[in-house]
Amino acid sequence: MRKVFIDCPQNIPCNPCQFCCPTSAITIGEDITNPPQVNLEKCIGCGRCVAACPGQACFLVDTEFHPGIASVDFPYEYLPLPTAGMRVQAQDNCGAVLCTGLVVAVVAAKAGDHTPVVRLSVPREFAYQVRSIAHLPAE
Amino acid sequence: MKCADILVIGGGPGGLGAAIEAAKAGASVLLVDENPRMGGQLYKQIHKFFGSQTHYAGQRGFDIADTLIAEAARAGVELLPQTRALGCFDEGQFALLSLANQDATRLRTMKARRVILATGAKENAVAFPGWTLPGVMTAGAAQTLANIYGVLPGKRILILGSGNVGLIVGYQLMQAGAQVLGIVDVLPSVHGYEVHAAKLRRANVPIYLGSTVVEARGETRVQQVIIGQVDACFQPIEGTHQTIECDTVLLAVGLSPRTEIAAMFGCDMTFERRLGGLMPIHDETMCTSNQTIYVCGDLAGVEEASTALDEGRLAGIHAAAACGYGDEARHARVAALQSSLNTLRSGMHGQPRKEAKNDILQLAHRKGIVGETI
Repeated sequence: MRKVFIDCPQNIPCNPCQFCCPTSAITIGEDITNPPQVNLEKCIGCGRCVAACPGQACFLVDTEFHPGIASVDFPYEYLPLPTAGMRVQAQDNCGAVLCTGLVVAVVAAKAGDHTPVVRLSVPREFAYQVRSIAHLPAE
Repeated sequence: MKCADILVIGGGPGGLGAAIEAAKAGASVLLVDENPRMGGQLYKQIHKFFGSQTHYAGQRGFDIADTLIAEAARAGVELLPQTRALGCFDEGQFALLSLANQDATRLRTMKARRVILATGAKENAVAFPGWTLPGVMTAGAAQTLANIYGVLPGKRILILGSGNVGLIVGYQLMQAGAQVLGIVDVLPSVHGYEVHAAKLRRANVPIYLGSTVVEARGETRVQQVIIGQVDACFQPIEGTHQTIECDTVLLAVGLSPRTEIAAMFGCDMTFERRLGGLMPIHDETMCTSNQTIYVCGDLAGVEEASTALDEGRLAGIHAAAACGYGDEARHARVAALQSSLNTLRSGMHGQPRKEAKNDILQLAHRKGIVGETI
């Protein structure tokens, strides 16, 4: 099952993740420079936080997507957008290519306010390292 | 002659917050801004904002501007864009110059009982050989070109300064189709938020720390830039130079309060390095040494949009109260705003600003600067 994974390393004043979560799985609290606390049992993997986070620090990871294969959802605000079925280069937080990933879906929900979310399937060992993909050449 | 209880100069988040609160308290409010529309720098901000939900966090900057402008209009604020406040003359008369009309009515005077200055900040520059070449500009200028006018300032861009402005503008220019070849900063670590830096790193943008721009070269515009590492005194180290082929250099090296009008009004100034340099001294009511003049936002110390909005709201409540407006609820409102500012000024990026702000308030007390009690 898809669960949120947050990479928010500093105490910065920000709390949209808490307010967009429909199940209160993410908590910041009174002091908005607190880092987010996640209750994975409450997380339903809806992905609203992935598009809502201004820091693009929220991801969904499903380590049981297929045997040996994980899925990772991440925000992607560049054109051209990838499309389902494409094979793309999955990158880590420093832009290094980790592996080839298969685009499972690209969702541009209205609630995401122009932040499309890409779901990529990758070998399970990279599940928690994938942050984005190599930008696609302009059409 | 036109009269208003309160004149607000500057229509960014600080000025809009001030105008909204003063008008809601019952004061007649005129808000002027020299730009074609209100919103200040918010209109250039196409990214989703940080901050708390009560400060519209998660919304994009231009949407926040529209929300605030609509709120001001509903509250009864008279909005006067394309209007420049020239200054104050005898007996509380203010001269306003319309940039829209070219006829005899373009210059007029008005009277106001209190003035709230929300003039914002201006970008700093840094000089190096070749810095006058076309293609060298401030990050804000590039952002205006790209996000307001839809013009990409260049295709291969190098950015000097790793604060949030440099990081955010770099990300936006990549979204617009430019290539960002690097972020350069003399500091040993990234100055802005790590999450902003991560957006660039994920796109393979190198961040050259402990480095600076040594020289920009080109015939008719920037063609290449020499960068090099710096020593503990920020002097370039021989033998560390490297050449980057680029057509644009963006300067994102901090902001300074725009103090010209505050100085014209005789507001006592102080130099506070942590808040951008020279700025008017103010107390917790946002009142200056000139009892009719209030300040807020980046003019009262460079911070960010959420704090500007809260400070503007504080200034608006207090200036309106000084004119005799507002009900009992204002005390709770002031306490809530001060608590909100306190929270925004925490964490590793906010704490130094909180300390600097406290020093400004103490300086105001020592100098006997006290706004009217409400």
